[in-house]
Amino acid sequence: MKKLFFGVLTAVALAAGGTFAGTLDDVKARGNLLCGVSTGAPGFATVDDSGKDIGFDVDYCRALAAAIFGDPMAVKFVGLTSAVRFTALAAGEVDILARNTTWTYSRDTDLKQTFLGVNYYDGQGFMVKKELGVSSAKELDGATVCVQVGTTTELNLSDFFKENGMSYEPVPTADNAESQQQYLAGACDTYTTDASALHGTRVNLENPDDHLVLPEIISKEPLGPLVRHGDDNWADIGRWVLNALVIAEEKGITKANIDSWKDTKDAEIHRLLGTGSDDILAMVGLPKNAMYNAIKASGNYGEIFENNLGATSGINIERGVNASWTKGGILYSPPFR
Amino acid sequence: MSSAAPPSENFKLSMLLSDTRYRGMSLQVITFIIFMAVFFWLVDNTIKNLALLDKDVSFNFLWLRAGYDINQRLIPYTADSTHGMAAIVGILNTLLVAFVGCIIATVLGLFVGILRLSKNWIVAKLMAAYIEGFRNVPILLWIVMVFALLTEFTPAPKAFKGAEPEATMLFFESVAITNRGTYFPAPIFGEGSSFIFICFLLSIFVAIYFIRYAGQKKRDTGKSLPTVWISTAIIVLPTFILFFILGKPISLEYPYLKGFNFKEGLHLRNSFIALTLALAFYTSAFIAEIVRAGIMAVSKGQTEAAASLGLRPNRIMNLIILPQALRIIVPPLISNYLNLTKNSSLAIAVGYMDVRGTLGGITLNQTGRELESMLLLMGFYLCVSLLISSFINYFNRSFQIVVR
Repeated sequence: MKKLFFGVLTAVALAAGGTFAGTLDDVKARGNLLCGVSTGAPGFATVDDSGKDIGFDVDYCRALAAAIFGDPMAVKFVGLTSAVRFTALAAGEVDILARNTTWTYSRDTDLKQTFLGVNYYDGQGFMVKKELGVSSAKELDGATVCVQVGTTTELNLSDFFKENGMSYEPVPTADNAESQQQYLAGACDTYTTDASALHGTRVNLENPDDHLVLPEIISKEPLGPLVRHGDDNWADIGRWVLNALVIAEEKGITKANIDSWKDTKDAEIHRLLGTGSDDILAMVGLPKNAMYNAIKASGNYGEIFENNLGATSGINIERGVNASWTKGGILYSPPFR
Repeated sequence: MSSAAPPSENFKLSMLLSDTRYRGMSLQVITFIIFMAVFFWLVDNTIKNLALLDKDVSFNFLWLRAGYDINQRLIPYTADSTHGMAAIVGILNTLLVAFVGCIIATVLGLFVGILRLSKNWIVAKLMAAYIEGFRNVPILLWIVMVFALLTEFTPAPKAFKGAEPEATMLFFESVAITNRGTYFPAPIFGEGSSFIFICFLLSIFVAIYFIRYAGQKKRDTGKSLPTVWISTAIIVLPTFILFFILGKPISLEYPYLKGFNFKEGLHLRNSFIALTLALAFYTSAFIAEIVRAGIMAVSKGQTEAAASLGLRPNRIMNLIILPQALRIIVPPLISNYLNLTKNSSLAIAVGYMDVRGTLGGITLNQTGRELESMLLLMGFYLCVSLLISSFINYFNRSFQIVVR
């Protein structure tokens, strides 16, 4: 009986245990990319009137899917709240998380995740109703503040009020929609989250002019896509698709003119678009024209920004530090060689 | 009439399953082995996958700085406290909701259950509608619904401002109902207030003693004393007199509007009110049905016998029916208390910071310790449930019928 028991146990132990390495193979075998995005952050991930996913983070995932499959639509978007996003990524429910997530030390190390870079340099702000008569975040002593649970904003909020010797009452909410509803109902005086999301939320309110995003930015929020630890090749793919979009803007390669670079003398463009003799993308297991497809999907970084967050989108966020380093911003990609 | 001789053939392995003498035992052993194998497979799988993710199992995060604030806290807590402390704050919030919710649910349930049996057609049908309405809609919807009503249809604090405010405070300017919660006057305990408490407790003991004495006297002599009046006087008068002798050491602190919000006073947040009320309403519908079942299970002959002795319907209910019905009611009542306690983990839907919201929500998210947090949470709910049921089981045994 004892022998049988241990026999069963050994067999079971051998059979158990999946593996997370080889994400690219898993994605290829599945035929689509599982991309974790926000459940509704205007500008970053929303659904348009025709039911199509749109947004800054959505476009990044489309570029990644295009790089792998040549088809920007070969991606399935999984809406995740801020509270469950890391668990979903760790459990393998998504292949990549592009959900305006702030890159921090403890998330990088203790949460065992790999950030692929920064696709948006953000900072935390406050939105108030104009009728409140507040013009600075320093005047918010005693205010009731709506904040999404499980975010870095929650921690910054606590630090900011403590540093300035002010008190506040947090009203925890599950997501942007609930915060918005509470804020509009007046259950909180101010709503705090990343400034980009505040701007995106504000323009979608009934009377955007009744609301004001306060000038103070109380934190650094470098947002970027991330994957779980343990598959460096997969992380490299995600990182370099992001870099390719940034390089494309720097070089002036757009969705419209991408086919007109065949005769350029710039060797880096040939390497990037796969029009030269080298096939350096084979190193990560991608087709030679992967980055060509990625850029073709939604355009370069600048185009994605303009379409989702800039003037074209109606949200009207300035490029600011998110401009290419050649135009006074801090977006700077390592060379593609 | 031949006595069956014990089988003399040798033991064969197949007999483990075919022979009734061994079958029961061998089936149990097989079940146990399968259970253990699945259990070990789960544990092993978890450990391997955690290793693949480069994660370990550690509870050290409980001693790290939490860094986030909690709005409702029954014990001192700041963002500088530890995650463990945040978990305790959450646990107390869970227990508070469960405790208050159970009391309201029991009172309401008893009331509705009895009225459901009323001979008055309208009352009976109204109660039936109440029961069916609450128990046939998912609890989460009720919680969100009550919360939405509280936030959308009550005035914001600033509506109380100005010379001609849109909203005014109730009960002599003492209670403010706003969309951020309800503010009550809070008692302030000054010097000497402890004497008043001691006096009050002593009065209660004296009153209990008096009620016993009055009962004994009634049994011995048949004379009844005005128990209610005298015991009320015993409880209230000495405390009241001492209160004035000591110069009113307990005073009320009224909430007032300052800046964005009401200050001072006792603040019951809408999240707490919504969660407690919704849980209580929902559970009371189930309790009402249990009460009705319990009452109906008491034989009709009991009512008729009591009526023939000349007891009025009120007394029949209180003296004859309810004491017998309670024996049937209490065991299923336990499982409803447990349900209420466990359902309180839906608190996050309205942003109430219960243990699911602190330990299982923010702490889990900030530290990334999913497995550890969930194990602790499950352990907590298990302990609370076992405690509640053992307590009520003890209570139940004390008045269960003694078979003679």
